[in-house]
Amino acid sequence: MTDALTLSQVKKRFGPAEIIRGVDLALAPGERHAIIGPNGAGKSTLFNLISGRYPLSSGQVQLHGRRISGLAPHQINRRGLSRSFQITNLFQRMTVFENLRCALLWARGYGYSFWHLVGRQSALNEEAEQHLEKLGLQKRRDVPASLLTYAEQRTLEIGTTIAGGANVILLDEPTAGMSLSERDHAIELIRNVTVDKTLLIVEHDMGVVFDLADRISVLVYGQIIASDEPDQIRGNAEVQKAYLGT
Amino acid sequence: MIESVVFSLLNGVLYGMLLFMLASGLTLIFGMMGVLNFAHASFYMLGAYCAYSISQVLGFWGALVIAPIIVGLLGALTERVGLRNVHKHGHVAELLFTFGLVYVIDELVILVWGQLPVDYRIPEALDFTLFSLYGSDFPAYRGFILFMAVAMFVAIYLLLVRTRVGMIIRASLSHPDMVGALGHNVPRIFTFVFAFGTGLAGLAGVMAGNYFITEPGMAFAMGPIVFVVVVLGGLGSLGGALVASLIIGLVTTFAVGMNYSIADMLASAGIAFGQDSVLGINLSRFGPMLPYLLMVLILIFRPRGLMGSRES
Amino acid sequence: MSTSNFPGGAVVRHAAVWIAAIVVIIVMPYVFTSSSSVSMMSQMGVFIVFALSYNMLLGEAGMLSFGHAVYFGLGGFLTLHAIRAVNDDVWSFPLELMPLVGGLGGLAFGVIFGSVSTRRAGVTFAMITLGIGAMVEASANMFTNFFGGESGVSGNRVTEVTLLPFSYGPQIEVYYLIGAWTIVAALLMFLLTKTPLGRMANAVRDNPERAQFVGYSTTIARFIQFALSGFFAGIAGGLFAILFEIMTAPNVGLIQSGAVLLMTFIGGLGVFFGPIIGAVLVTYMQIALSGFSEGWILYFGLLFVLMVMYVPNGIAGVIVSHFAPWQAGLAHRFAVPYLLAIVPALLALAGLVTMIEMGYHLSLAYDPSRPIELFGMEITATSVAAWVVAVALFAAGLVALRWVAGRIRQRWGEVNQAMDAQRAKQ
Repeated sequence: MTDALTLSQVKKRFGPAEIIRGVDLALAPGERHAIIGPNGAGKSTLFNLISGRYPLSSGQVQLHGRRISGLAPHQINRRGLSRSFQITNLFQRMTVFENLRCALLWARGYGYSFWHLVGRQSALNEEAEQHLEKLGLQKRRDVPASLLTYAEQRTLEIGTTIAGGANVILLDEPTAGMSLSERDHAIELIRNVTVDKTLLIVEHDMGVVFDLADRISVLVYGQIIASDEPDQIRGNAEVQKAYLGT
Repeated sequence: MIESVVFSLLNGVLYGMLLFMLASGLTLIFGMMGVLNFAHASFYMLGAYCAYSISQVLGFWGALVIAPIIVGLLGALTERVGLRNVHKHGHVAELLFTFGLVYVIDELVILVWGQLPVDYRIPEALDFTLFSLYGSDFPAYRGFILFMAVAMFVAIYLLLVRTRVGMIIRASLSHPDMVGALGHNVPRIFTFVFAFGTGLAGLAGVMAGNYFITEPGMAFAMGPIVFVVVVLGGLGSLGGALVASLIIGLVTTFAVGMNYSIADMLASAGIAFGQDSVLGINLSRFGPMLPYLLMVLILIFRPRGLMGSRES
Repeated sequence: MSTSNFPGGAVVRHAAVWIAAIVVIIVMPYVFTSSSSVSMMSQMGVFIVFALSYNMLLGEAGMLSFGHAVYFGLGGFLTLHAIRAVNDDVWSFPLELMPLVGGLGGLAFGVIFGSVSTRRAGVTFAMITLGIGAMVEASANMFTNFFGGESGVSGNRVTEVTLLPFSYGPQIEVYYLIGAWTIVAALLMFLLTKTPLGRMANAVRDNPERAQFVGYSTTIARFIQFALSGFFAGIAGGLFAILFEIMTAPNVGLIQSGAVLLMTFIGGLGVFFGPIIGAVLVTYMQIALSGFSEGWILYFGLLFVLMVMYVPNGIAGVIVSHFAPWQAGLAHRFAVPYLLAIVPALLALAGLVTMIEMGYHLSLAYDPSRPIELFGMEITATSVAAWVVAVALFAAGLVALRWVAGRIRQRWGEVNQAMDAQRAKQ
């Protein structure tokens, strides 16, 4: 079976500085994979490379065996990969409901239509309501996204990421800044909404990582120094050295 | 034929250098502050009018020194009172602010000096013929303009690259927080840069106002072309502004001089074709639109301009 | 103070508002009967459509264009040429549908120029539109057949080919024709905001990255929005052509583009009816003021600059920002501070207007020592006393205004806090 997401010798240089120095990664379909590493290791850069925000300096990224490196972000999204952002990236002036509805438009085939009235599309609206319920945001349905609490915004961020039906999901520090109860909530949510999907998650919170992940990769100075099951990683001397510096 | 080429060359270079004097301030302001000052040509016009008023009392040489300073102070005032408040709303708001400023300044000029052109003249000391070429006189004042334009380029270059002030200014653009943390007053630096840029525009106005006519429409006549120059040369690039000014100056001057159409050229080669089509249009009529065509093409294919280092 | 689109949308969504608008349009000429009023209202209709089309770019999609008059003007020129063709019996097409010619022309040029402009965003896009606008205006001097040279192109709107039994010669008939088109165009543009394209245009404005990650190409979304806005601008141009029966090169140029930018911004970008307010107000002020004062452009410029600095949401934005306090029952808290602001504002305004009018009089009048009539008084511009009074009024008004502004800001803070507290209880 083809891997859901494959990175082959991915390198990225900004001027003279090589940030990503040859990363190889392969995610099986349905796998939940976490990337951890000290600050400045290049985790966000890696996400940006996969999702098409930055071009690769060399190497390849493949989605279900087909090359996506070099495509524009919206093209990658249409092939079935979606991502959330470290700094909340919502449509601030739209309501929660409208944010979710927008996330569905392309996936449900509306394209750039200027002859359908979104208010009248019952299937579309029902589906948006369902996502609203799954996220637990029904009470905040008509609130502009900018007025939500931080945790609610992060929840909506996750929601808009998965709504379109992408089957490879990239989550960039989804629980950053949350309190413990909010975090537990978020973990539940992530587990529920990524049931049949492939998940690649960057996280600093080890609790989240060990709870969710099937496999963990450790990124240090732009290279993966270890990639294994959680228990193996926990006991790995190199990893400890990288984090603790001894 | 050679005559007309030589004349077009001389006039084109002159016009180009005049454009450069205006464009230098604009590209500096953008390069240093990221602000595209729509009202730049309006400060140029203020320079001409101030020079007129001052020269009534202190003569041309007094005006040459004082008028740019006054315009620079007005620029500082504008930045301090207006632009500074608008920075926080983003680049679009800055553009809108300077856009509105055009209306305000242009009207204030009419309010103070009236609607008719004013009699701002070339000083007698410079009102002689430098040399004669093919029967036409080359006025000394033109030589003076060329001299001043070159002097401006050299002076600005030295200021930016060789002095401490210049270094601080250059650093403020890319790393304002760091420069601020080092103890420099970044907002004041920005005010200074804006004042310096508008002062340069004022100086250009002092030079050009008596060579051309000083009248309320002069800002609108020059404004869009200066933008073309700055975009073509690359926003923030002084060298680019020089090169682009000369290109635009020469292209428009040559185009205006070509008083025939492509069809005419074909006809003189014995081919009768195209008189009723686009080819039959007199090439001199293309002149006014050529700069804008160049600008649009550059923005599409190479937005950073000929010599710029980053996209706006 | 964050302004949500929502309450304004609720107002416009009701069919009642549209019906009321239709009634107003029908009834207005009976209230304002003079022919100059009817002519002014006709112009308002034209510029309402133009400003709404511009807001499709700036307000809805975040695209600042300095060259929108290109589509307005070219649409108008095409319409006039079509009218002339009917005048010359070369073509037959009813006058009522002529604005469509303008619209299709605007659409065509919107597609052509849009395909190059929308590849870039932000300031680069703005500069491209500026360049295209200047280029088209400069090319008028090349294509004299189309643009008609110095005197422009004129036609006769009494083409005798009409759907309804009117000649459209009289002002009042043209008014109703424009009124009908204004309603249709405004309604279509309103409905457009409710379509997938309209929503994604907003999305691209707010967060181009997120828009890409829900599957949309920001370039294509903006391109289609651009082309459609050209369509409606062209309709406005066609209406203009019918109203004035003449088009000249400046109609495609930078000054005309600047005017629609001014109108739309002053009216308010973030709300659908903002540009309508802007178009009505600016058209009124332009016509009414230009009769009274030489300085009407200066007043506009100052108003615009002050709004960019202090009221960037426009008049409609200010109105809409009061909806939430109104619903929360807190609107009365503003009564006192706003009332307090009236006197200082009037003083400052009086002082400023006096200074400006005196200034113009001194510079432009044949005999500056003759007194001017202002606020029902006779004022001599050459007297020092008059200047001292004017400056004092202005200064005093400003100082008082700054103090009241502080109070108003404070009151807003209190009201916002109260609303947050209410929301928390829910």
